Amino acid sequence: MSAEEPHEVHLVVNGTTYDVQVPARRLLSDALRHDLGLTGTHVGCEHGVCGACTVLLDGRPVRACLLLAVTVDGHEVTTVEGLAGPDGTLSAVQEGFRQCHGLQCGFCTPGFLTTVTAGLRENPDPTHEEAREMVAGNLCRCTGYQNIVRAVERAAELGREQA
Amino acid sequence: MKPAPVGYLRPTSLEEACRALADDPDAKVLAGGQSLVPLLSMRLAAPSTLVDINALPGLDGVEVDEAGVRVGALVRHADLLAHDGAARVQPLLRMALSHVAHAPIRNRGTTVGSLVHADAAAEMPAVLALLGGTVEVVSARGTRTVAGADLVVGPLESSLAHDEVATSAWFPALADGQGVGFAEISRRQGDYALCGVAALVRRAAGRVVEARAAYLAVDETPTVVDLLPALDGDPDGDPDEARLAAAADLALASLSPAGDIHATEQYRAHLARVLTVRVLREADDHARRRGQGGAA
Amino acid sequence: MTTRLTGAPVQRTEDRRLLTGAGRFVDDVQVGPQTLHAAVLRSPHAHARIVDIDVDAVLDLEGVHLVWTHEDLAGVSAPLAEPLPLLIPHPALTHGRTQHALARDEVNHVGEAVAFVVADDRYVAEDAVARIRVTWEVLEPVVGLEQARAGERLVHDDVPGNVGARLEQGTADAEQMAAALEAAPHRLALDLEVERSACTPLEGRGTVARWDPDSDRLQVWTSTQTSTGVRAAVAARLGLDLGQVDVITPDVGGGFGVKINHPWPEELLVPAAARVLGRVVKFTEDRREHFVSSAHERGQLQHVEVGFDDEGRLLALDVEFWHDHGAYTPYGLIVPIITSTQLLGPYKPQLYRVVFESLYTNTTMVTPYRGAGRPQGCYAMERTMDAIAAHLGRDRTEVRAANFIQPDEFPYDQGLVFQDGRELEYDSGDYPALLEKAKALVGWDEFETFRAEMAAEGRRVGIGLACYVEGTGVGPYEGAHVHVETSGKVKVATGLTTQGQGHQTVFAQLVADELGCRFEDVEVVTGDTRRMPYAVGTFASRAAVMSGSAIHLAAKRTKEKALRIAADALEADEADLEIVEGSVRVKGSPGSAIDLGTVAVLSNPLRYAFDEASKAATQFSVGDPGRPPVAEDDEPGLEGKDFYSPERATFASGIHAVVVETDPDTAEVTILKYAVVHDCGTLVNPMIVEGQIHGGVAQGVAGALFERMAYDESGQLLNASFMDFLMPYVTEVPDGIDIDHQETPSPLNPLGIKGAGEAGVIPSAAVFAAAIEDAEGIRVTRMPMSPSDLFHLRTDQRQEPTS
Repeated sequence: MSAEEPHEVHLVVNGTTYDVQVPARRLLSDALRHDLGLTGTHVGCEHGVCGACTVLLDGRPVRACLLLAVTVDGHEVTTVEGLAGPDGTLSAVQEGFRQCHGLQCGFCTPGFLTTVTAGLRENPDPTHEEAREMVAGNLCRCTGYQNIVRAVERAAELGREQA
Repeated sequence: MKPAPVGYLRPTSLEEACRALADDPDAKVLAGGQSLVPLLSMRLAAPSTLVDINALPGLDGVEVDEAGVRVGALVRHADLLAHDGAARVQPLLRMALSHVAHAPIRNRGTTVGSLVHADAAAEMPAVLALLGGTVEVVSARGTRTVAGADLVVGPLESSLAHDEVATSAWFPALADGQGVGFAEISRRQGDYALCGVAALVRRAAGRVVEARAAYLAVDETPTVVDLLPALDGDPDGDPDEARLAAAADLALASLSPAGDIHATEQYRAHLARVLTVRVLREADDHARRRGQGGAA
Repeated sequence: MTTRLTGAPVQRTEDRRLLTGAGRFVDDVQVGPQTLHAAVLRSPHAHARIVDIDVDAVLDLEGVHLVWTHEDLAGVSAPLAEPLPLLIPHPALTHGRTQHALARDEVNHVGEAVAFVVADDRYVAEDAVARIRVTWEVLEPVVGLEQARAGERLVHDDVPGNVGARLEQGTADAEQMAAALEAAPHRLALDLEVERSACTPLEGRGTVARWDPDSDRLQVWTSTQTSTGVRAAVAARLGLDLGQVDVITPDVGGGFGVKINHPWPEELLVPAAARVLGRVVKFTEDRREHFVSSAHERGQLQHVEVGFDDEGRLLALDVEFWHDHGAYTPYGLIVPIITSTQLLGPYKPQLYRVVFESLYTNTTMVTPYRGAGRPQGCYAMERTMDAIAAHLGRDRTEVRAANFIQPDEFPYDQGLVFQDGRELEYDSGDYPALLEKAKALVGWDEFETFRAEMAAEGRRVGIGLACYVEGTGVGPYEGAHVHVETSGKVKVATGLTTQGQGHQTVFAQLVADELGCRFEDVEVVTGDTRRMPYAVGTFASRAAVMSGSAIHLAAKRTKEKALRIAADALEADEADLEIVEGSVRVKGSPGSAIDLGTVAVLSNPLRYAFDEASKAATQFSVGDPGRPPVAEDDEPGLEGKDFYSPERATFASGIHAVVVETDPDTAEVTILKYAVVHDCGTLVNPMIVEGQIHGGVAQGVAGALFERMAYDESGQLLNASFMDFLMPYVTEVPDGIDIDHQETPSPLNPLGIKGAGEAGVIPSAAVFAAAIEDAEGIRVTRMPMSPSDLFHLRTDQRQEPTS
């Protein structure tokens, strides 16, 4: 059996341009982790339910495990590695999660952070219900979500203070 | 859970896409991929080639006029959900779309893709069938229009031929005197429904003159049932409980609810009954409000 | 004096890495083209004989490096072909059975490992697995406890009646019990059922191994709850000396019990393949595999006979239960033993007798899941309490209070043998005070008013309450090593592993408090056998109790040495010294001080100077020329090492209460209020303890209302995905959990700590069953409860829905 035909994929991830050769079946989650070495994006179910692999595709949260890398050729991707400032300063969302003990094992956390980053960009001043709704598509097995919701609300506060 | 080897084409014209499908009986169209990619990863589907239609021009628009809403094949659920014009002309779209999975899935999944995926548990095929919408289909052999009611023919089986690409769907506008309602029960928010009902009621001259409901996740296809016989003559007051119950009976007579690990056949039938009453009442209220010149 | 950190909600030191994507989980280790990837062919059948395996089609697949079936294992290492170890033997486990790393002749559950492939990447490895052809002789499976008990089909031919173990204990024999039940003024019998669930951490299992031929050593990274356990197993099965194997547990994406089981087949096969191939080999379990080839928990059938007096006091409690342990028993009888002993909770029945049978079925094996048998025991006991209250027409809290062990009765010996082989003797607690707190927190006394208000709106609500006692911090031991660097940084190592509980923070708090160093200077390493080769593991809410105590003791030793050296240097009496903010100083004379880093320099007489610090410690600079540079009973370096090994477990306790609303039409259950009172002794970090409770409660809600393992009659797991195994999202858990703490310190350890990790999940099935029963006025004996289940329960008990 011959090797699979590689496809050239051009991606801008966290502002850096990457050109990689991947077979058509390569999932974006695997391309990010194994081809680009960006292991912050985690894989929890590979069927789109858990949300651990959520990244921003042109600014919108999507499941990296439900995209073939080849199909996002030419697009921009933001992963958890791209959320902090260039000097390492935590973003308001990261800081909110830190202050509110919004993570335990940290495996699902990257997907929450990317989701909330986009969510607060769209709605910087969410109500409590909206804060819950913002994280309603991500699974966490450790925290019981209580502190995650607090973290979203705290991040919104921090974001408004910074604005 | 990784896909089997697969070829990949990214045509830039519809003709090219149709030719690719015509040339390869095992090729498959890829749009949003939110249903297809998990099937690939679980190796439940192993097409020879994916024909990625994301680069096709002109398919990413929502066109709204007084007759209805035309949704291009590359319109993501999230964009249609956020489209105020579409929601104004046909409020059922927004009601139903808010129940489609979770936001990140809606950001990538397409409404037309969901229609032709032909899942009887999905919201949009039932909505299309209820409203009498259509899907525009193109192949190397030409263009045809498929009625919403004829789209889903079996579990995950649409009436599209292998070489056909769905290019758009059209949802009729809400007509004068019409009201709509939608409700579903799912175990977790964002899950496929255990049972869902979309209903449309039209009132004229103080009477219900049109009433039907579409059922998702109950039968093997999204079933539309004409409920007018039960509601006919409903006086212009509060909805008549006996008539609503009769409508639920009528609906159940046309449905064959199945049992699964989340709901037994009896419970699913019970939900269909409960939701029929709820949603008919909601659609009737909606129709009355609109009849009185209220907002959509 | 610096503020004491014990008891403070100190923010976690772990978080920065995890928030920036810099965490290192096992699949993040050794990323790159040099690493090969493994995949496993798993049985599609619940029960079958392997007639033939044909791997020929795999070998010509480009990118495949290795394919093994059981036949190949002995050639790698003879012990690799043996059945996996039975980790915790017990005299009652007369018919223990374990699987092989790769199935030999027979498979006993869907998902059992059959063949192992290593390839360039996981995609190719899966292609290869798909090409392996197995000829099966399919056998009839045993699915569910009813079939197992019937014994008409056998899981293992040589295990009659499918009974792996039968264990009886108590304070009365069968005859005494029968007489006491007969004599009791009131008597009830209950038949109860709890279905299976599972830990399902978001990160599945995973192992990476690298063989280093230059040093003849193996390095293994694995997502485990016991590094030392995996190390010993790998060494034994690969025929290596313990000293040749290092096991490192990187960040772990949740464990909840499933990762205490070891060695998994892949934990042996991956290192073996790495050694054979001379390449780094990685196995990352996928979600579907996790459902069928790791482990589950919970499933039990229970029969309770109880005799009681007019106040509801337990005169005789006779419990029999049947525990479904799945296809194999590597973890022994831990789960049913815990059920049978912890069932008693805070109560003191006059007589207690319990018998259980642990039974084989052709399903995924059962090993501990957070709570580990306690949720089932709590369910049996608390359902019984509710039944007694209903029978007597008494308030449910009154009946419980009548049975409580009183605060002046500690230590209280229940007269049973616990899971650690020691007496079940409760160390401390105050259950009446807990009950008062719980009633106040949930609004127990005001509930009838609320019920009436809701009823007026056509709404149904119910309230439930459940108590538990949890043996935590079991032995045998944990150890710790504290080392002060010449920079003043304090390196701490303990051997147990961490899965998100904030151990690095909590342990640093303990070190800072005891040693007197700055919290920021402490760096804690867990689960790395290179740093602490003696350890047991993380389970049974034991980390804070065991490693916390060991770390405290090791810090104390370090402090004693620091004071001794500093006393010499400062020419002061040790008793006059204190360590504050990393500086040893004479009390009341802050000018006279020496940094811990400098003390570390002085502790290690050197021949060579590498930097300014070491220059100060060379042989011409320090020490008395008349004495040896290192005294006879001393060691160089400012470090302390100690172990903590308690007589017996500590016993945490608590009460949960919930208010639910049930939909009269759809039978959906909504949580209106969830309240937790909790006593884990001294709180080291209340923020982290509350986080543990939140997570436990969410898993409890999951187990009570959403999650179960749906097997069909052929032994296929029908919901082996997150689509159908209904792990709750935020939308399914209570919006807010009210928590109140009580602290009755344990007398068994220097810090007064009891474990806190599992408590949140223990009373869930019991408390929801009680609340739903209360809302609906119908008996609840089977959990979890889906809306579909409740619908049928209503119909069966002739409570027609009102729509």
